[in-house]
Amino acid sequence: MSEKFEPVIIGFTCNWCSYRAADMAGTARMKYAPNIRLIRLMCSGRLDPTFVLKAFAGGADAVLISGCHPGDCHYVEQNYKALRRFHLLRRYLTQMGIEPARVKLVWASAAEGAILADTINKYVEEVRALGPLNWPTMEVKLFSAPVEEEVAA
Amino acid sequence: MTKNEKPKFAMYWADSCGGCEIAVLNIHEKILDVDANFDVVFWPVAMDAKYKDVEAMEDASILLTLWNGAIHSAEHAHVAKLLRKKSKLLVAFGSCACEGCIPALINLSNRTEMFDTAFSTLSTDNPDNIRPQTSVTVPEGVITLPEMYSVVRTLDQIVTVDYYMPGCPPESHQIAAVIDLVVQVLQGKAELPPAGSVIGAGGSTVCDDCPRKRNVKKITKFNRIQFIKPDPELCLLEQGILCSGPATRNGCQAKCPSAGSPCIGCYGPAEGVVDYGARLMTAIASVIDSNDPDVIDQILDGIPDPAGQLYRFNMAGSLLRASKAAWQGK
Repeated sequence: MSEKFEPVIIGFTCNWCSYRAADMAGTARMKYAPNIRLIRLMCSGRLDPTFVLKAFAGGADAVLISGCHPGDCHYVEQNYKALRRFHLLRRYLTQMGIEPARVKLVWASAAEGAILADTINKYVEEVRALGPLNWPTMEVKLFSAPVEEEVAA
Repeated sequence: MTKNEKPKFAMYWADSCGGCEIAVLNIHEKILDVDANFDVVFWPVAMDAKYKDVEAMEDASILLTLWNGAIHSAEHAHVAKLLRKKSKLLVAFGSCACEGCIPALINLSNRTEMFDTAFSTLSTDNPDNIRPQTSVTVPEGVITLPEMYSVVRTLDQIVTVDYYMPGCPPESHQIAAVIDLVVQVLQGKAELPPAGSVIGAGGSTVCDDCPRKRNVKKITKFNRIQFIKPDPELCLLEQGILCSGPATRNGCQAKCPSAGSPCIGCYGPAEGVVDYGARLMTAIASVIDSNDPDVIDQILDGIPDPAGQLYRFNMAGSLLRASKAAWQGK
């Protein structure tokens, strides 16, 4: 494998801020790394940690979560819930052997297209430095020790 | 074994504690219904039988097999495949078979650490530091042991499972109800639920059955039950005691919170929950009463072992299944 490692990052963006920021970056023809795959949620508070775990189990190298700045949530305070979950999630991931830097939480308003693009670019390089996660995917039935022979008839 | 025309019944234990078997016996005189309606052909904890007896049976000749225990060794995997082949209905019986339960907490460590803990800790008398080997030559010949896997798996990660019956152990009244149902099906009075269903449990959460009073939750500190005297009427989570009720399937009649002890989640994920711990994370983190990252971290220090706490019964059945240390082997 001499090919350069291209990280796969899943980005969860809020409909009211960061998704629009990404949209704005696109409209303004600002370039950001294609390593990130953005998924729009209605709010960062909609981010069930299940989504992050599913991303890792499905082959993602990192997950970026973005929402409105504190105090600016379209739904009053749901971004704070995202913040609290993020802190607990990171502790769990560390115990599972996943570097906490593989999840990142950023605040980006709808006007911050350039900032978001820059954050994404920097994060891609950070994850590149961490290397691939290669979590055994859900399709791999069994980890480690192989299950031996089929039962004879 | 073919002394009559009764349908055949089997029960097996893999990586488990034996509590599931006790729970089956706890159905009291209902156990006589099992005997009246079934021919018990294989049940290592209750009667003598050899794997070769099972191997000699015709495929799908056992009507009902209750499987308790997780898959932790080559032997467990072998018998799982064997019993799958010989059984019409294979039920993952109890939390270990459904989602890994306590044995699956070993998925936070690697195999070397597991053996070290079992064979070299202070309480173990093992001066030669002996470890179990899969094959040892002695004067009389070669003796073998099944290989231990470094990752504990659920039954349905090895073979197809027809029904899931959660609980650690399943409540006896639920077992009795399931046996009643199977007997009725045999008599043509009822139909089996769709394959893959969870049986012997509710479709909601423990909170739904919990008699405690609930208000708006705001947690400023996580307490441990042994250090405080909880209010007997109020929701335990509101008192800062980590209660797993919000994520856990009902079916137990909320016995623990009713008795003053928090739900620890033995009935597994509630209906529709993909990852049990993630659901619990969502529920408990969102009610932390602070918007300041530092204070949030301080409050979270009150949960010293999040993986063990959030996935106490569900590690093998979770999305990540095992820590990197475990799946890397060794």
